Amino acid sequence: MDAVAAAARESYGRIVATLIRVTGDWELAEDCAQEALAAALEKWPATGVPANPGGWLMTVARNRAIDMLRRVTVEQRKLREIAALTPSEAAPPEEGENDVEDDRLRLIFTCCHPALALEARVALTLRTVCGVPTAEIGQAFLTSESTMTRRLTRAKTKIAKAGIPYRVPSGPALAERLPGVLAVMYLLFTQGYNPDGETAFADEAIRLARLLRRLMPEQPEITGLLALFLFQHSRRAARKDDAGNLLTLDKQDRARWDHAAIAEGRALLSDLPVSGPYAIQARIAAEHTADETDWPAVARWYDLLAELQPTPVVQLNRAVAHGFAGGPEAGLALLAEARVAGVLDHYAPAAAAEAELTARMGDRMKAELLFREAADLTNSPAERRALLDRAAEMEQT
Amino acid sequence: MFVCTDTEPETDQSRVPDIRQWASEVQASGKHVIGDRLAPESTATTVRVRGGELLISDGPFAETKEVIAGFDILECADLDEAIEIARQHPMAWMGRIELRAFDPLNLDAER
Repeated sequence: MDAVAAAARESYGRIVATLIRVTGDWELAEDCAQEALAAALEKWPATGVPANPGGWLMTVARNRAIDMLRRVTVEQRKLREIAALTPSEAAPPEEGENDVEDDRLRLIFTCCHPALALEARVALTLRTVCGVPTAEIGQAFLTSESTMTRRLTRAKTKIAKAGIPYRVPSGPALAERLPGVLAVMYLLFTQGYNPDGETAFADEAIRLARLLRRLMPEQPEITGLLALFLFQHSRRAARKDDAGNLLTLDKQDRARWDHAAIAEGRALLSDLPVSGPYAIQARIAAEHTADETDWPAVARWYDLLAELQPTPVVQLNRAVAHGFAGGPEAGLALLAEARVAGVLDHYAPAAAAEAELTARMGDRMKAELLFREAADLTNSPAERRALLDRAAEMEQT
Repeated sequence: MFVCTDTEPETDQSRVPDIRQWASEVQASGKHVIGDRLAPESTATTVRVRGGELLISDGPFAETKEVIAGFDILECADLDEAIEIARQHPMAWMGRIELRAFDPLNLDAER
């Protein structure tokens, strides 16, 4: 079943993107892709996954689209275009393929159009590009499936009625739209990188970052973002122990890191100017791949990042870095500053960071309480287990 | 597009585009159908029919400072084209522009 799910996930966005381009009908495209997936889930467990699963799904979706369009009056041109779709259009692209023609890139820029609310952009990208079920997106946004369905429908109605174009912008508009697209891709990667997330999302985000970089080589933030993804993703096999518990960097088996990905990330950064937040975050991630982390260097990068992006979360990470570079007192002082705004009050990583810094100050009783508090705050079972383990360690003398 | 006033206009007025230049460019592009400034809201007249009776009143005098000051009908291929035209309008800086597409009733076709 995993092979079925993986093949389906890989193909969904491509099928939807192509059918939207040809028919201009988002609902139809999604319905047909869904039905193709349902057919695959029914047949493949018995027959085995076909040699070209994407092609198989595309054929089923295309035939379904033709059936549905025949029932309504439709332009003959549209029908001919759909009939002309070949299964190969759903196959994974070859390196060097003309990426400007990638339907999924069009779909991404349309889903990330600034005339849509940010939350709608992320939700729409997850739903249509990545094929994430609406119920799961609802959970991620702390809302019900029916509410998320309404929001997605509203966003798609706006695309149709307001005339949001289905294309990759060109000229100066491209540079204006790009940060919004990168922000959505980052959220998408995070979805795949969080402890209980689908690593397929992370793979997808990396593929899309490569695609964008080839399309827009003059944009250093894309390269920064890709490098950041590669460093974080390089630890995917080492992040959990055999029981599924999260491991901090210092406890991970470095032999299980993806050293090819790390080397690629380093090569990307070698001649990249320090330009924006993603390039700086990539440099921080690069420092963490060294045999010995240079904490003063990490702290300096965080100082720079906090100037560009003075958000509570950046300030929290900056406090942690200074805690390692200059001692736990320095870290706790900066953490207290970051907490002033109140945004971090119920944020599990902030409680966990305070617990770690307190433990290193030697106050194990207080640290134990803080670890338990952090465990109560997190929604992730893997994170919760890791925090409770730390609390238990505090009890042992 | 509706040309509206806004409670928080651009404070740096040195780079605000010129309305004459906007009008000549948009007309030359062939995307402008019709449009102009409206007489002040203080001269507006409201018409209602309730229970078959015609009710005419002066106003409305809305509390809000955000009012429609004018409108332009554009012929654009998509939203991005309309945004490019709207951003060049001086009231995008000094007020705001609301873009709305037509949602045709197709009454001509029913005749």
